Amino acid sequence: MTTECREPLDLIRLSIDERIYVKCKGDRELRGKLHAYDQHLNMVLADVEETVTKQDTDEETQEAIIRTAKRSHEMLFVRGDVVILVSPPLRTT
Amino acid sequence: MLFYSFFKTLVGKEIAVELKNDIALEGKLHSIDQYLNIKLLDTKVSDPERYPQLVAMTSVFIRGSVVRYVVIAKDDVDVDLLQDAARKTAAS
Repeated sequence: MTTECREPLDLIRLSIDERIYVKCKGDRELRGKLHAYDQHLNMVLADVEETVTKQDTDEETQEAIIRTAKRSHEMLFVRGDVVILVSPPLRTT
Repeated sequence: MLFYSFFKTLVGKEIAVELKNDIALEGKLHSIDQYLNIKLLDTKVSDPERYPQLVAMTSVFIRGSVVRYVVIAKDDVDVDLLQDAARKTAAS
């Protein structure tokens, strides 16, 4: 089994069967267990929590309001072209 | 080809497809190709009030590039087989 890390995709290989954090286009973030990925960064994640961040502006004060909505899926295929970055989960969660 | 093979094992299963334009469809996976274009049968729109023009459709062809997510049932997936295949083929 190859454990040598030659390129960035090999780093992701180390995270198979581990929980990861994925930042996606459209102010979305995913946290789930990585089961599979490919060179396009298509991925299958399990027990996923998706966080969607929306920014609204308060009508009166013109303040920016940041809202997040969360969804859960037991098994999710993610198309690679929406992925921005992949990382081990952040320690604050 | 990993995910092409993966989706072939899901033919006949119920899946939900969320598109990049936020439309969500549910249906039975009829077929998949190498570009991950999806053909769905017995299609239901997840939000019929927002998209009434889609309610009449029964079978759809979805271009692979417009898909954001595909929601699958955990029981439909052989996790060990999938991880094994990923370790072997990924990043090669």
